[in-house]
Amino acid sequence: MIPSALIWLIFLLPLISFAVISLFLRPLLNHKPKLSGYVTVASLLGSFALSVWVLIAVMAAPGHKLPVPDITWVVIEGGITIQLGLIVDSLTAVMLIIVTLVSLMVQVYSQGYMHGDPGYHRYFAFMSLFTASMLGLVMASNLILLYVFWELVGLCSYLLIGFWFHKPAAADAAKKAFIVTRLGDFGFLIAILLFFFNTGTFDIAELHELALTGVLSGTVLTWGAIGIFSGAVGKSAQFPLHTWLPDAMEGPTPVSALIHAATMVAAGVFLVARMFPLFEHSTQALTTVAVVGGFTAIFAASMGLVMTDIKRVLAYSTISQLGYMMLGLGVGGVAIGIFHLFNHAFFKALLFLGAGSVNHATGTFDMKLMGGLRKVMPWTYATFVIASLSIAGIWPLAGFWSKDEIVLAAFERQPILFYLAIITVFMTAFYMFRAVFLTFGGEYRGGGPEAHGKPHESPLVMLRPMVVLAVLAVVSGFWNVTGHFGQFLGHGETHGFVEGFFGVLTHGMPWLSLILAGLGILLAYAIYGAKWLSAEKIGRLFSPIYTLFYRKYWLDELYEDIFVRKSLVGGFFAGLEYFDSRGVDGAVNGVAEVTIASGRAIRRTQTGQLQLYGLFIIIGVLAIILSLYFFG
Amino acid sequence: MEFSYLSTIIFLPAVGAIIIAFVPNLTQRLIRYLAALFTLVPLALSIFLFLVFDRSMGLAGAVQFEEKLAWIGAINANYHLGVDGLSLPLVILMALLGFLVVLISWKIDLRLREYFAWLLLLETSILGVFCALDLLLFFLFWEIEIIPMFFLISIWGSGRKEYSAMKYVVYTLLGSAMMLAGILSLYFTTGSLSMVDIAQAGIGSYTAVIPLAAIFFLLFTGFAVKLPVFPLHNWLPDAHTDAPTAVSVVLAGALLKMGGYGMIRLCVTIFPDIARTYAPLLVALAVVSVLYGAAVTLRQKDIKRMIAYSSISHMGYVLLGIFALSQVSLVGASLQMFSHGFITGLLFAMAGLVIHNTGERDLAKFGGLVRQMPVIAVVFSVAGLAALGLPTTSGFAAEFLVFVGSFSSTAVAGIQVYTILAVLGIVITVGYILWMLQRVFYGPALEKFNGTRDADTLEKVTIFTFVAVIMLVGIYPAILTDIIKTGIVPVMSLLGG
Repeated sequence: MIPSALIWLIFLLPLISFAVISLFLRPLLNHKPKLSGYVTVASLLGSFALSVWVLIAVMAAPGHKLPVPDITWVVIEGGITIQLGLIVDSLTAVMLIIVTLVSLMVQVYSQGYMHGDPGYHRYFAFMSLFTASMLGLVMASNLILLYVFWELVGLCSYLLIGFWFHKPAAADAAKKAFIVTRLGDFGFLIAILLFFFNTGTFDIAELHELALTGVLSGTVLTWGAIGIFSGAVGKSAQFPLHTWLPDAMEGPTPVSALIHAATMVAAGVFLVARMFPLFEHSTQALTTVAVVGGFTAIFAASMGLVMTDIKRVLAYSTISQLGYMMLGLGVGGVAIGIFHLFNHAFFKALLFLGAGSVNHATGTFDMKLMGGLRKVMPWTYATFVIASLSIAGIWPLAGFWSKDEIVLAAFERQPILFYLAIITVFMTAFYMFRAVFLTFGGEYRGGGPEAHGKPHESPLVMLRPMVVLAVLAVVSGFWNVTGHFGQFLGHGETHGFVEGFFGVLTHGMPWLSLILAGLGILLAYAIYGAKWLSAEKIGRLFSPIYTLFYRKYWLDELYEDIFVRKSLVGGFFAGLEYFDSRGVDGAVNGVAEVTIASGRAIRRTQTGQLQLYGLFIIIGVLAIILSLYFFG
Repeated sequence: MEFSYLSTIIFLPAVGAIIIAFVPNLTQRLIRYLAALFTLVPLALSIFLFLVFDRSMGLAGAVQFEEKLAWIGAINANYHLGVDGLSLPLVILMALLGFLVVLISWKIDLRLREYFAWLLLLETSILGVFCALDLLLFFLFWEIEIIPMFFLISIWGSGRKEYSAMKYVVYTLLGSAMMLAGILSLYFTTGSLSMVDIAQAGIGSYTAVIPLAAIFFLLFTGFAVKLPVFPLHNWLPDAHTDAPTAVSVVLAGALLKMGGYGMIRLCVTIFPDIARTYAPLLVALAVVSVLYGAAVTLRQKDIKRMIAYSSISHMGYVLLGIFALSQVSLVGASLQMFSHGFITGLLFAMAGLVIHNTGERDLAKFGGLVRQMPVIAVVFSVAGLAALGLPTTSGFAAEFLVFVGSFSSTAVAGIQVYTILAVLGIVITVGYILWMLQRVFYGPALEKFNGTRDADTLEKVTIFTFVAVIMLVGIYPAILTDIIKTGIVPVMSLLGG
């Protein structure tokens, strides 16, 4: 067992780190920026150690659950009661490990990557706040608290995408990320209201219970689940709310690794997993999750094929892999979806750190300006290839195990989505190795305008976390070789390691995906490695499709230009503004003018001449007499 | 006899105003300190009341710190003051804002003596509105406010200040005329001017001189002008745009709340049945205010005008919460009044600082100011994030309670649809707030703003106080909801819910 005060501390430690940096270090010790990095790393070490303890305790606990007493927050008699409470179950324990471990690695790496940046304190303050919020999110026991942390991670994402706020692109991207995810959160918030209206509770465990017993069912359950899923679509950048994530790459690269690859964007997947009993009891909602996920997987991969900016390739890859996770949840359940989330966190964080390392050396993210880096950056090269093999799903690396489960589950439940998923396997292998060959193969093409001197390997402080993550990118999948991960998060059988490790190769499906992945790598080698085929010729051959992918299906133009700028702000809202200034205000000023004008007109009768007044009196008296005569 | 806390709180600023206006040979420095002193003591007393206020649910609905003196015997009017859970937070709001706006006005030197005299008189009148339990007294305090506002806008304002001041007066008087007619009809119906007595006896037990619904709408219109409710809102952008910073802060922070307070205290409490009958209409009007206000805000080009329009949208949530007529929604509406007072007050204070320090107010001409004024940028951002309802700020707590309370209300059929539409408002809010912050602070630093001053120590103290209150209420809303709910319980029992 672990005392519940220590469980709270997992989330409080980074929060304290945030407070110390922003209230104490930054105002008082601004000339010693390194301190804030140390404080952050120290707090995360503590959180990570406690998370390991929690994992062990949860594994030992009956029902894989630790009870944590609630703290009363707001009570309105005859209305609502809101508690501050934590759920500590297997899902939480796994997420805690992912968040603290990846965050720890990224913060160590950042000490090298952000070295000398004038915003060093601010960077680590935000990173601490982000980690605290993310940890709170995965532990929250009721929907309100979850929503609170959900918004806070969104805030940190906003602040960190716009970290270099002097760049207009960064400020634009930050704003876009906030607004697009808020659109999804709108549905999430409505779902919370809907569930409360129908059940009177915000508590997640109680909602699970009500869904299991059938009290919560029918259209309420379906619409509520879809509302929750819309929040997840925004956060996890699923179609049609995916457009913010590629732009979010304007933030510092370690931020992309932690927030926009490993943890925050996975929060949407986590949310669906957290509320899974509700989805499970609504076929429509679960199918929606699977279809949106399966479609996003191939849709995003198609754009990843043609990007020339290495971070954009990785961004589309992330969207695609998140789609896989959603598909996994939709067709296979919590254990399958979260297992891919778990593996993906490590290899995708590593890929981003690799991209950051390359950028550190060449001063650019444009792969057309890189090349030949395998010789000067052997460690970056090796770890990047390992991560690429892992994401491509090559046996026996981590990605293989979780992707295989998703593909298999799709095959059994949703044949059409299975075909999308298996084609995506090929595309994934292709775009990843396209990036590998463009970046590391061939000869160096000079780097970006800010490159200084020859490219060089990154310092150890950056390489060490990459090596740790590379090891994880190989072994993290072994957890479920024996079926133990699946059992921990749900149910299922377990078997021996060797049996699982080699036994998987006795089936047909793994071979199918291995062959497709191999073909993808081969094609990438043929075009970008050995140059047997000319990239330009192929590009010309498929010119319309290439343009479609490269212009991102013109969705940015559709949303921002046609929908928001022209129709809404420039059209409808402008009309309302016109109505406001001319209609409403015009009426008010009109009344005033009429009053003044009639005053002016009537004033003319006030001449001061008694004869005229006398005339008026006679007319009045006549009018009275006449009206009495006719109507009286 | 007990110490008259409320009279002291209400009239100390007025005493200060008289001293400042009539004692000869005061130095400018002394005037400022006097103004600070005569607002600080009411603040301290109101915080004391907050601490000793009896929050037990057994006492729910009881008026505390009551004072009652016979006033005009012939018409049964009394000098009757008291606070309950509904009014106490608003008294604290005004007392705190009253002190802070004196600090905000520290750098004013045009006709200083008159300025502070009017400002202090304004505080007395608003505090009086929140404490009065007698209809005539209530109306008297309500009307006094117009005079200082007129002078403050037309003398210390900017732009079309005379037009805006006159518009404010005409609009407000129109509302007041309706309200006076409502109060008179209420008096001739019941023969009493006591809000407490009329509410307890129940309006149904009297023979009404004119239809009750007519009285209800006379009063409602008076309050709706103040809140403001679409389409009676157009005085607000002009008054805000042209008023001096401190007056904008009081106007948005406390004056608008007189409307919401009046609606709960008179419209809902005295006419529960009529409120229920017309709730669908009023809730629809609230949604229009929210969405229309937000849409028009998005089109504004002047920084103060933009914040002014956002008030219309945010006060729409108050109207929604009130006429959703549920326990939680009414608590939410009251909390939203308090929260909006600090959030929008801070936004106006920040906009004032930016305009003062840069000499610029057109949003298109700003950019990159975070370099030149980092502290202002951070605090402005906090205020903006609170306005868009970010959790851990009071904006979230209040709006969330309004949404939950409205969505689950049983008093109004189909209110779920209205609530969903109102929630859509927060998406638009994100748009204009983030756009404004980006326009002003982000992007490359501009040379023309080099050497622009950031907040000085006094300004920092002021704006950090705002931030502290916003965060405190956001993180621990029970600090206020525990008080507010005792004020809402009797309203609910009158509604029979």
